[in-house]
Amino acid sequence: MIKAKSDMKTKRRQVLGKLAVWTLLWVLTEAIVVFGHKELWDGSKWITGLSLGVNVLIGIGMVFTYRNLMNLLDELERKIQLESMGLTLGLTLVIGLGYSVLDITNMIPWDAEIGNLVFFMGICYIACVLINTRRYC
Amino acid sequence: MKNRIKVLRAEKNLTQGDLADAVGVSRQTINAIEKEKFDPSLPTAFRIARLFGRPIEAVFQYEVE
Repeated sequence: MIKAKSDMKTKRRQVLGKLAVWTLLWVLTEAIVVFGHKELWDGSKWITGLSLGVNVLIGIGMVFTYRNLMNLLDELERKIQLESMGLTLGLTLVIGLGYSVLDITNMIPWDAEIGNLVFFMGICYIACVLINTRRYC
Repeated sequence: MKNRIKVLRAEKNLTQGDLADAVGVSRQTINAIEKEKFDPSLPTAFRIARLFGRPIEAVFQYEVE
């Protein structure tokens, strides 16, 4: 049983490493699409489409690797992740739509960028994981 | 749900880490179960009871809230 646990830890470390590589590739290809469109291939639509396709495929790979990592967690860790993801999803929906309404009604002088929502999601998820981990441990 | 894991663990001279490794969960999970902050799944509860060589009801006691 102890060997099984040790194997599990090794496997989890391996999947975590894979996830880091997928995430890095996804961020890099995202940056290539955004900057390459203007700076590298002078707005060529088919190159942009192709590189965006590669970016989306890598993104899907990243998501499935993340799912594999979730499957290697134990029951409490999964509960913490589930609660954190649920809270993050709900808060992002409510805050995101509220933020969008602020933009539509011109209550804010700037445009509501999707990047702000992604930033909010990240902060919210990290905070939820930390709070839930502290609550159970 | 109440449990006697801490007492049984002390009798067998096991650390939380030893028990976690034997049961196949993290040390934090054993800690949360011991402190009654988290109720384990049925398979985990059975694995813990089997490890101590006791029936499950000798390790875990369900309390009606």
